[in-house]
Amino acid sequence: MRVNVTVNGEARQADDVWEGESLLYLLRERLGLPGSKNACEQGECGSCTVYLDGTPVCACLVAAGQAEGREVRTVEGLADGDRLDPVQQSFVDAGAVQCGFCTPGLVVAAHDLLNRVPNPSDEEIREALAGNLCRCTGYEKILDAVRAAAK
Amino acid sequence: MEFLRPANLAEALAAKAERPDAVPLAGGTDVMVELNFDHRRPEALLDLTRVAELAGWTVEDGVVRLGAGVSYTRLITELGEKLPALAMASRTVGSPQIRNRGTVGGNLGAASPAGDTHPVLLATGARVEVASTRGTRMIDADDFYVGVKKHSLAPDELIVAVHLPVASAPQQFAKVGTRNAMVIAVCSFAVALDPEHRCAGAAIGSAAPTPRRAAEAEEFLAAELPWDAPAPLRDSVKRRFGELVASAAAPIDDVRGTAEYRKHALAVLARRTLGWAWQDYLGSERTCA
Repeated sequence: MRVNVTVNGEARQADDVWEGESLLYLLRERLGLPGSKNACEQGECGSCTVYLDGTPVCACLVAAGQAEGREVRTVEGLADGDRLDPVQQSFVDAGAVQCGFCTPGLVVAAHDLLNRVPNPSDEEIREALAGNLCRCTGYEKILDAVRAAAK
Repeated sequence: MEFLRPANLAEALAAKAERPDAVPLAGGTDVMVELNFDHRRPEALLDLTRVAELAGWTVEDGVVRLGAGVSYTRLITELGEKLPALAMASRTVGSPQIRNRGTVGGNLGAASPAGDTHPVLLATGARVEVASTRGTRMIDADDFYVGVKKHSLAPDELIVAVHLPVASAPQQFAKVGTRNAMVIAVCSFAVALDPEHRCAGAAIGSAAPTPRRAAEAEEFLAAELPWDAPAPLRDSVKRRFGELVASAAAPIDDVRGTAEYRKHALAVLARRTLGWAWQDYLGSERTCA
């Protein structure tokens, strides 16, 4: 089937999309946007978190066909050209990036949190990031990055 | 595989009538996992996310009609006061990303014994509205779950909404898991006080082939709760209630916990949640008086 979707502000089209395919596969393999990472494919790790019509979701749990006519914003769409989004810059500055695999999902989740709650408490940060797994950092630098981005 | 994309409920019901093998797809938090892992290859997917009739809630005569497609996130933010236990249970589901997509309708459709909202639906006497091109019918939550991941829908029926009374008194939900987020319940429990009928609903999750009510425990509460002269509950009442709740369970040993542990934990959850709910009730009584 054909899927039309607006990705990072740009109208995109994909053909021969399998009906059981995920939005994540569509983004990475058909539209050339590998920022969202493919890890658990069951919504456990959050590495594929993207905005769907402004709401953060696991792209692996959205059927590609469900995105027809909708707006997707990926981690690639957060930066303004070469200028990183403040959340992205904060992750770099805080050393919250190690292998980097979880980073795109964490950045989108943190970006959404700070949109909703400009000055989150540590509890709010922890709850907002509870759907994103990182196996390298121990999370402390990530918490530092979100706290710093909130300032 | 076909991807069916009905634009409204009539189209969705017509599609389900024509293709009873089509798998309904809403938040995707269960169905997409099965597809991603090759555990399921349905002939057709029936995307319900465009069906506006499923996406809202209304209140009439003290009953919330909760559309099957309302996300947990919306339920928590919009219905926390009207449906406190359901909001509490929803808040324990997965992560923000999962709660943004997952729905009570999907929880019902999956009918997993571990589904987080089931004990609340049972304890509050919820009714499930299902529809087909043949018409609409209501199924009591008590009659909905018929086996492990089995419910009482006909192949051509879709879950349209859940009807729950607006809470008139304190309710509680509690769940045991190995961490705070992204965890399937080891066991769960809900209790809902009902001053009008001088009783309370109590139900367990993840501790039997289906979610189920703890009938003996409910009968015990109906006899023991001091509605006429509200006073703090005696420990012996809370303890006995916990024992009766545990005796309603028929758990299995699995990777998440042993049957023995589940029974023990349920007794503790029941004792504590009843204590919290009754204490809240006493507090609200004093405020009113």
